[in-house]
Amino acid sequence: MTFTELVLLFISSIFVHNILLSRFLGCCPFMGVSSKLKTAQGMGAAVVFVIVLASLMTWLTYNYLLVPLHLEYLYTLSFILVIAALVQFVELALKKLNPVLYKSLGIFLPLITTNCAVLGVAVLNMNEGYGLAAALVNALGSSLGFLLAISLMAGIRERIEDNEGIPVSLRGLPMALITAGLMSIAFMGFTGIIK
Amino acid sequence: MSRSKFGIITNGILAENPTFVQCIGLCPTLAVTTSVANGLGMGIAATFVLIASNAVISLLRKMVPDEVRIPIFIVVIAGFVTVIEFLMKGFAPELNKSLGIFIPLIVVNCIILARAEAFASKNGVFESALDGVGMGLGFTIALMFLGSIREIFGGGTWFGMPVVSFEPAMLIVLAPGGFIILGCCMGAFRAIQARAKGIGAAPAEASTGCGCCAMAKFCHKDKDNCEEAKA
Repeated sequence: MTFTELVLLFISSIFVHNILLSRFLGCCPFMGVSSKLKTAQGMGAAVVFVIVLASLMTWLTYNYLLVPLHLEYLYTLSFILVIAALVQFVELALKKLNPVLYKSLGIFLPLITTNCAVLGVAVLNMNEGYGLAAALVNALGSSLGFLLAISLMAGIRERIEDNEGIPVSLRGLPMALITAGLMSIAFMGFTGIIK
Repeated sequence: MSRSKFGIITNGILAENPTFVQCIGLCPTLAVTTSVANGLGMGIAATFVLIASNAVISLLRKMVPDEVRIPIFIVVIAGFVTVIEFLMKGFAPELNKSLGIFIPLIVVNCIILARAEAFASKNGVFESALDGVGMGLGFTIALMFLGSIREIFGGGTWFGMPVVSFEPAMLIVLAPGGFIILGCCMGAFRAIQARAKGIGAAPAEASTGCGCCAMAKFCHKDKDNCEEAKA
């Protein structure tokens, strides 16, 4: 891939194919952890960290372990194990090396193992046949897209939380989903920027 | 378990419906309900994995040490997902293509891990399999319901057959429609529930934060620092 293609891939993975609003990956934390801006940003930052690392590890696992051994069909099993082990390891390492960062990101780490965005990006990289550079760029772009969308969402939810005008049965999750739908319409506007 | 066998099945369909009541497993719900056939296919695949993994995890429940149970559950689930992926590739290649990445992602579907943790690790094999049937049916029905709405109003067809005479709204099939239709259905479900309980009764507490996360039970992090836990 040329440098221009990588830049285009980066932009398209943030805006055009936003991981939350157009690919529907990672909706559980998107709905669950987006009621406070501060927590949402913490979660987003932890996701950026883990997705980039996990994409590196799963790319190496697939290309240097599974392909030579002709065990490609075991990718689901090996990816989830690599991700689970990685999250555990990152948690331990962060606790020892950087307690301040651990305090702000650590609480989100165990939740990330079962976040479908992490496994989703790894599987997408594999399906698209990306090289290492493209896989990392896609991972970084997708996870920044996650951070962007979840921060926007939390900002909106903080404002509509106490709105008495919302019907009782729509408060909370249903209203958040409808808000996400409207955000998704806005993000569809980016479709035209990359051919 | 004092509940009847039949009660275990209906529990998953109504009282603890994974989509409308527990609000878990949202990603596949939003992504594959562009048509009713996709919804049905996803529902069947998830049901198969739920029944099989619930049964196996229930068999293993006395052998597995508590500390490593989550990784073991995930391995069991991933094994069955690989099986269903092969079956789909062989027998339903079209469906496999349209569900795409969401077949391997059944592994991280919170419904399956949540049932393994909440039910299968505490109950017998037969009850666990029944719970898998109930939850799977509840999930399938919810997916087909959403898929029907989106296919009829967004594409004008149902299972590929043309059914409406008006101009369908394309937006409903696209990504934003998924969010909006699910939000409206969830609101309607809650309104009906509240009415059934009696006029004026408060609707079920909105499950946000740790409440709607399947991993909440394993999240042993210091709760003082977790704003979601305090909320």
